[in-house]
Amino acid sequence: MQLLQALVDGLLIGGVYGVVSIGLSLVFGVMNIVNFAHAAFLMLGMFVAWFAWAFLGLDPLLGAFLSFVLVFAFGCAVQQVLVRPILAAPQVAQIFLTVGLLIVLENAALMAFGADFRSVQTPYQTSAFRLGGIIVSKPYLYAFAMALLSGAAVWAFLERTAVGRAMRATAQDPMAATLMGIDTQRMHRLAFGVGVGLTAFGGAVILPYLTVSPTVGSHYVVLMFTAVVLGGLGSVAGAVVGGIAVGVIQSVSALVFPIQLQNLVLFVVFILVLALRPDGIVRRRGA
Amino acid sequence: MTALLEVARLSARYGRGAPVLHEVALELGQGEFVTVIGANTAGKSTLLRAISGVGPAVEGSIRFDGRELTAVAPHARPKLGIAHVPEGRHVFPEMSVEENLAIGAHARGGAPGGGAAARLEAIFELFPRLRERRRQFGGTLSGGEQQMLAIGRGLMLEPRLLILDEPSLGLAPMIVEELHDRLVEIHRRGVAILLVEQNVSLALSVASRGYVLQSGSIVLEGPAGELLRDDRVREAYLGI
Ligand SMILES: Nc1ncnc2c1ncn2[C@@H]1O[C@H](COP(=O)(O)OP(=O)(O)O)[C@@H](O)[C@H]1O
Ligand SMILES: [Mg+2]
Repeated sequence: MQLLQALVDGLLIGGVYGVVSIGLSLVFGVMNIVNFAHAAFLMLGMFVAWFAWAFLGLDPLLGAFLSFVLVFAFGCAVQQVLVRPILAAPQVAQIFLTVGLLIVLENAALMAFGADFRSVQTPYQTSAFRLGGIIVSKPYLYAFAMALLSGAAVWAFLERTAVGRAMRATAQDPMAATLMGIDTQRMHRLAFGVGVGLTAFGGAVILPYLTVSPTVGSHYVVLMFTAVVLGGLGSVAGAVVGGIAVGVIQSVSALVFPIQLQNLVLFVVFILVLALRPDGIVRRRGA
Repeated sequence: MTALLEVARLSARYGRGAPVLHEVALELGQGEFVTVIGANTAGKSTLLRAISGVGPAVEGSIRFDGRELTAVAPHARPKLGIAHVPEGRHVFPEMSVEENLAIGAHARGGAPGGGAAARLEAIFELFPRLRERRRQFGGTLSGGEQQMLAIGRGLMLEPRLLILDEPSLGLAPMIVEELHDRLVEIHRRGVAILLVEQNVSLALSVASRGYVLQSGSIVLEGPAGELLRDDRVREAYLGI
């Protein structure tokens, strides 16, 4: 029973991990850079949702849409102004840029919002459904559902729309994409915007069960990288599968090991996967 | 009648490297079938890439239908009616044959209306193999099939100029002949073709005019039949 409960919790939390990791995978797939600042956009999404709750009375599940829109627009600008110039640069330069961006965003948030931990109050915050002996926390369930919906929306965008197809073409062969009349730089902007917007959306929907502070992203960095490496960097569906795996590993290992060792187990999995299956456990497909 | 494509004093280089093309001049009339031949590394692909704007930095002038192309963004050029089938085919490996073809019409703008279905049908008639394989990923096709797909993808644009870079590279002789029959067929339907080929005798037998490119300069030009009989061409490229 305890194991079943851990599996359910792991699935619900992991689904969100997966969806907030999609952008990391998408940006890598489309423009071949690893965005170390990705988790900082999750933090921005959480702050947008927190302010929308505090000043507009908006439930974070709805504020999430505002988080997406604002962080999407910000992401497009970041791509255009900061990332584009270093796309052709050596990898070291790319790492410096995105790590630098992480530090700048965290410290800007610290200056603007202070170091306080902020949380929201919602009517369903402490309630749960009971199924047999299993407790399904409402905030977990709602966040999971919203995250999966947003993930499905992005999947449909990539697979079923002309713009999404153009984005996949850019990922697979940028020169051929240009020859098809695709504006690859526009695709880069969109991919970056959608990627960080989605992680902001995911950040917003977990606000009912978490607190936000400028450094909240750092808790997610390892989770996100483990998720995308498990799922195969560059694969959208893989990121979701990888995220769920991370959530389940986390919650099941908490049954066995003291909570402090939770991330240690993840690290071990991360390193094992890198060593044994560097392309991920799910075969790469599409963007 | 003005030329469809008019290249004048075209020089091209990659990055800060030495120029690869030197003051190249080339003309192609409406609906004409022209070939550019030359040894490996002569600069043939560079010339084609300069026209579609993917790769080298250029100086000089490239006019398409009277319009200066060097001032048009590369991704905006297909919309003018230029389809470039690049060397090495470059089909999208993780898209189905159908999706590869659909994206060929990208520059025609969005909604796949009835026109797209008719064009798809025409391409399947030209290359029946593509119909059989239409749900298969581009990356899983044979070389010949990929080449047909790359050409079909270009035709989805309904181009006025079809640029082909070594379409027969690496294909079995039988497939090469079939491919050239198709090119003649496409040309008969009114599409102007600019063909770069290693297979010089085949290229000169399907094109009406030819240019010989040597170390980045045009050294010879004329009707295909004359080039085919030219001693210099025969010696250098036909090994006769
Ligand atoms: N992307 C590139 N970057 C730098 N040099 C290149 C590039 N592509 C081709 N070149 C150089 O330009 C010259 C002409 O190449 P290319 O146009 O491919 O010749 P061809 O198609 O006639 O074989 C060669 O010397 C080649 O090394
Ligand atoms: Mg070449």
